Amino acid sequence: MKAGRFMLAAAALAALTACGPIEPWVKSYERENLADPIMAFDRNPVSTAYMDHVFEAREAARGATGGAGGGCGCN
Amino acid sequence: MQLIRHSVHAFRAAPAVVALAAFAADPALGAVLPEDRADVLYHRYDGGGITIDGPSVLVRKKIGESVSVSANYYVDMISSASIDVQVITGASRYEEERTQKSIGIDFLRGKSTYSMGFVNSEENDYEANSAYFSISQDMFGDLTTITMTYKRGWDDVFQMARQENGALLRDPGFAEQIDRRGYGVGLTQILTRNMILAVNYEVLTDEGFLNNPYRQVRFLDPDSARGFSLQPEVYPATRTSNAISARLKYFLPYRAAIEGQYRFFTDTWGIQAHTGEINYTHPAWNRWVFDARVRYYRQDSADFYSDLFPRRDFANFIARDKELSTFTSYTFGVGASYEFAIPRAPWIQRSTANVRFDHLLIDYEDFRDARLTDPANGIMPGEEPLYRLNANVLQVFFSIWF
Repeated sequence: MKAGRFMLAAAALAALTACGPIEPWVKSYERENLADPIMAFDRNPVSTAYMDHVFEAREAARGATGGAGGGCGCN
Repeated sequence: MQLIRHSVHAFRAAPAVVALAAFAADPALGAVLPEDRADVLYHRYDGGGITIDGPSVLVRKKIGESVSVSANYYVDMISSASIDVQVITGASRYEEERTQKSIGIDFLRGKSTYSMGFVNSEENDYEANSAYFSISQDMFGDLTTITMTYKRGWDDVFQMARQENGALLRDPGFAEQIDRRGYGVGLTQILTRNMILAVNYEVLTDEGFLNNPYRQVRFLDPDSARGFSLQPEVYPATRTSNAISARLKYFLPYRAAIEGQYRFFTDTWGIQAHTGEINYTHPAWNRWVFDARVRYYRQDSADFYSDLFPRRDFANFIARDKELSTFTSYTFGVGASYEFAIPRAPWIQRSTANVRFDHLLIDYEDFRDARLTDPANGIMPGEEPLYRLNANVLQVFFSIWF
């Protein structure tokens, strides 16, 4: 019973906060580490594209690699 | 007489457009255009009797504050005596070339980036054109980036035939098309001051002539000395695939980065695949950055794949493409990047020399080495050793930021 009430209260709280603006929990000035080039998902696009090409040619799976491209004319 | 070739066609028309769509790569910076940059790369793939090498040149430049353009020129120079070529034709090595050109443009407007581009790929028996459009939007204090992508592709498939005078020309009686569509949505999310997440979902659907005009399947034939004969493969005319991936990257306290990736793939041909990868990036001694990668890939075969069919015309759809078989693949890679200054070129802000080496190992579970069939010595069709592929992949490239 207590657990049920707690869940209800939590859901009500979540519903209320959902109406308010979302505050960024990582401020701009706290993103120094994330802005480090070593944290880029694709540090060297020319190399990433080539390796995607190699894997796509050798494997049946394709897509969802993160670029706007993707897909392959491979048969 | 028709020249029967094979296999390296798998290396055609891959998407360097990935390289042109780098805007989503750095969510920590919010909606900004990518840096002005030029890369010159030499690539070499060597494995399974195939050698493919060539250059790739990628240039990206801003025009004003809100436009960035990019262009890529890529060449595959192919020299092949793969297992497929040997089994199907007993042929020796042959050579061919594929050239791919792409252009892209990005517009930045507020917290939105609009990107579009076009890719053309040509070889003597295949032409592929594709176009893409994507919208990327930063939101929630730039913690979140949503990207939506649509693309279309139009391929023309031809077949080369040896003429009576020995010349190799396109067979005028063979011309097929493929129509491709792709829909993607991506989310990049800053989770903490040290961790980011990227989730991507993509649907790709193809319609047209999806098999390789040269590739053959084999079937049991007691009248043949080898115990089997060959016939052309037949694929369904449509294929739709779904892939979803997640990448999680973490900044380590001593300035290094570790990344984990997972992708699940499924398609209407009955293939399911799992991809897992771990990357580690470690800067050292001010000017160096080292990378290491381990990648695992596993797929089940297509419903209509078989290494050896029981008889000719066994089913409506038949394939013996090892890329559609059941296998597990492992990749181990290392890379090094060295930053250096170019004297008397003040317009170059930064430059790096890079080398990267990857080793691929593929263990096929239902693709046998049909070169070894030898009924006279007791090696019957279907009893040959399973095939295994080892390949080395080398990249050497220079990058400048200007």
